[in-house]
Amino acid sequence: MAPETLAVVGRSVPRLDAREKVTGAARYVTDLALPEMVHARLWRSPVPHARLHGVGVERAAAAPGVLAVCTAADLPVRRLCYGPAYKDQPILADGVVRYAGEPVVAVVADTPAHAEAALPLLDVRFEELQAVTTAEAALAPDAPLIHGALDPAGHFRDLSGLRPIAGTNVCHHWHAERGDLAAAFAEADLVVDDAYHYPALSHHALEPHCVIARVEADGSFTVWTGTQHPFPVRRELAEIFDVPLARVQVIVPLIGGAFGGKCYTKIEPIAAALAARVRRPVRLALSLEESARTITRHAVTVRLKTAIRRDGTLLARECDVVLDTGAYADIGPRVATKAGYRAPGPYRIPHLRIDARCVYTHNVPAGAYRGYGVPQVTWASESQLDGIAERLGLDPLALRLRNLLKRGEEYVAGDTPMDGDLAEGLGAVARAVGWGVPDAPGRGQGLACAMKDGGGTHTVSMAVVRVHADGSVSLFAGTVEVGQGARTVLAQIAAETLGVPFETVVAVAPDTALTPYDHGTSASRSTTVMGLAVQAAARDAREQLLRLAADLLGTDPAALDLRGGRVVHGDRALSVAEVVRGHFGLVGGEVTGVGTFVPGAWSGSLGGATVFWETGMGAAEVEVDPDTGAVRIHKYVSAADVGTAINPRECAGQDEGAALQGLGPALFEARASEAGQLLNPGLIDYRLPTFLDLPDRFDTLLIENADGPGPFGSKGVGESGTFCAAPAIGNAIARATGVRLREVPMTPERVWRALQDARPKASAS
Amino acid sequence: MSDVAVAVTVNGERHELTVPPWETLLECLRDRLGLLGTKKSCDVQVCGACTVLLDEEPVSACTLLAFEARGRRLRTIEGLAEGDDLHPVQEAFVEHGALQCGFCTPGMIMATVALLQENPTPTPDEVKHYMRGNICRCTGYKSILEAILAASRRLAPGAETGRGA
Repeated sequence: MAPETLAVVGRSVPRLDAREKVTGAARYVTDLALPEMVHARLWRSPVPHARLHGVGVERAAAAPGVLAVCTAADLPVRRLCYGPAYKDQPILADGVVRYAGEPVVAVVADTPAHAEAALPLLDVRFEELQAVTTAEAALAPDAPLIHGALDPAGHFRDLSGLRPIAGTNVCHHWHAERGDLAAAFAEADLVVDDAYHYPALSHHALEPHCVIARVEADGSFTVWTGTQHPFPVRRELAEIFDVPLARVQVIVPLIGGAFGGKCYTKIEPIAAALAARVRRPVRLALSLEESARTITRHAVTVRLKTAIRRDGTLLARECDVVLDTGAYADIGPRVATKAGYRAPGPYRIPHLRIDARCVYTHNVPAGAYRGYGVPQVTWASESQLDGIAERLGLDPLALRLRNLLKRGEEYVAGDTPMDGDLAEGLGAVARAVGWGVPDAPGRGQGLACAMKDGGGTHTVSMAVVRVHADGSVSLFAGTVEVGQGARTVLAQIAAETLGVPFETVVAVAPDTALTPYDHGTSASRSTTVMGLAVQAAARDAREQLLRLAADLLGTDPAALDLRGGRVVHGDRALSVAEVVRGHFGLVGGEVTGVGTFVPGAWSGSLGGATVFWETGMGAAEVEVDPDTGAVRIHKYVSAADVGTAINPRECAGQDEGAALQGLGPALFEARASEAGQLLNPGLIDYRLPTFLDLPDRFDTLLIENADGPGPFGSKGVGESGTFCAAPAIGNAIARATGVRLREVPMTPERVWRALQDARPKASAS
Repeated sequence: MSDVAVAVTVNGERHELTVPPWETLLECLRDRLGLLGTKKSCDVQVCGACTVLLDEEPVSACTLLAFEARGRRLRTIEGLAEGDDLHPVQEAFVEHGALQCGFCTPGMIMATVALLQENPTPTPDEVKHYMRGNICRCTGYKSILEAILAASRRLAPGAETGRGA
């Protein structure tokens, strides 16, 4: 369909949820209440590693309003441990505590205040043990083992290849290689070997984790939760309680942000187990600090050894990626695989060896976070590449253009060839920032480029479209509205495909009892993967409507067109409502379309060709105050290749939000821990980007070549804006000052110290 | 400690309440008055999600005690629109796509209303400075900045539309 014939796709229609959100009418999980609902609070371990010797619960149990006090042994579950990769995480600590902040005892009371007041009355007896609080320490030959035998979850096809290293704390080791490294390193004119570090981060979605769980009279479970993965949560709960999938209903209203922190199962099992115990609906609402003790982004150390020819041709790269996944694996093994896979960067490198290790420590579990390992490895690879350009006296843009994958070129044999134009995107951000000519003396410019296999590996999405007797349409898609605008975009795809006005489409909130299966809302997959399922469902309904109309009009469906909510036949027209009513009679009835997206070939080094490549580019212009080390970002330009923007404003909003989210860890954001104790759980000490961090010029460029596999040539967006912020800014700092940092955040103190360290060297040479 | 009698006007409606002295304004608004538009997030007066207007001044409801609102006028997000007519600031947020997850939006809008009452024609830098206490984790702020400037133009004295804040 040519763009000019599109009615609603490609238009920045207001979000379906905009009005309810600006009036305060929007309801999130934290706003819900059920009759007879009671409240849970958690006693969390004050130490990172301990053996539990029992819990004295009598005083807490006798406190006002308390209904139940539960330890692991008191939970009415068939299976205590859960997790998407390994069944390694107990609902409440079972004999051993593995991180500071781990839930040990749950108190249920009639009010939150009563539950809270009972916590200090608990007498938890434990013996503190030696804690291993860095990945480096956990990899030491004599490090204590954090887990015994591991029990793979078997939930996801790509995680069937988990490779723990027996007798170590490595819960997954991903390895890949090609070519002849020794020969390539021997042939090289320059070999650069250095290491980069990226710290753990807190997601800090503004709405903390919250779950309400209710056990029905027949033993079924209903759970309202702010999860990005309602269907995997359903499966996990079904296994924990040993009930059929159909007896677990997971409902997801609006979510107040997630960024990966609400991927997979988090606190749902605690709330459900407590509801089963007290036979009342249980609400478990965490504080923001508790959310920070629930999940983090992986701290990652990346060592890169790269071989280059004098002309800038990349020959070989060895990548060693180490991720601190904390006390429980969560989805860390997959993040490790993906971080390793993407560590070489979007370049043509004939000789490669990659090792990525996911390491248990006594820290808060680390899991998904916008970009899924890409921001960490891109910080390393794009910083090193600029260092190489400097050593060879090459322009960083020219060096990248020489090596960037071209459209149609394979990254790895068997995986999807590069489906976008990387050089176009990089060129666009370079032009936008005025590459080579800073606006004022003393400023530096920096570039970065990255890519990620997008859309999720081997995931299924299904959708149902119901056309009602009055012509209005209900769209059933399990995609979670986490802020990204998915319901609006999917409704645009449904309206366009069906040929009905956008205003007639209502997108139903995900509910595992109503909406058909969807893998989850992550990996920038929904517009493409769920979008294709929605498009297929809408096509199915459209074809049925045309057949019904053809019967009513006594003609052939091929002679009919459906647009603007009307079936047109020459100079005659029937509204969709007239078609549905005409077919069923005045009482109504409806037309239902079903659509499914099933992934294609099972090949490639990740075990599955990517649905599309999500590419991102960033360019920065900065100024560094030599006296304080403070970095001021004058310009930041980001580019996102979206194929076709179904809703341009929401696409730009995704990229802008991602880019600004990337500026935080570049300059000031990081979790601070000491001996396994998180020192900055809340927002007083953990600083998030504010209005004052908005660069003077902050732009997003949407690249639209209609070359995506999604509906109308679209591809996913949302993560790519975060990839390049840190390295582009680091590269700009290096060009402004001659000083290169190898660890983020590039705080004033770090920059100032690096400037001081560089001084004597400069005078000595 | 005994409960405190509090007479307070919320969105133009007078309420006679009896609250424990430690009850926060946020708890009072959400749990007692059912005004769920005001959001609870950081609990330490950093993020601005719970911003409401107390005698037209922006305050964080998470760190103010309910009894401190005695005898004063409160405005929450529920008190902005008139029937189906959105407040010009709300309209600008919708038109500029200045929201994603929407969790910061009520607080962001209340702070904007206060800003534009105080300074009807702020510069971009003045907006950034005033709004620094309202964190948005989704949008990257640019669309919000544009919405605020657009609302300022609409509300400015002499503007054709707008009915004043």
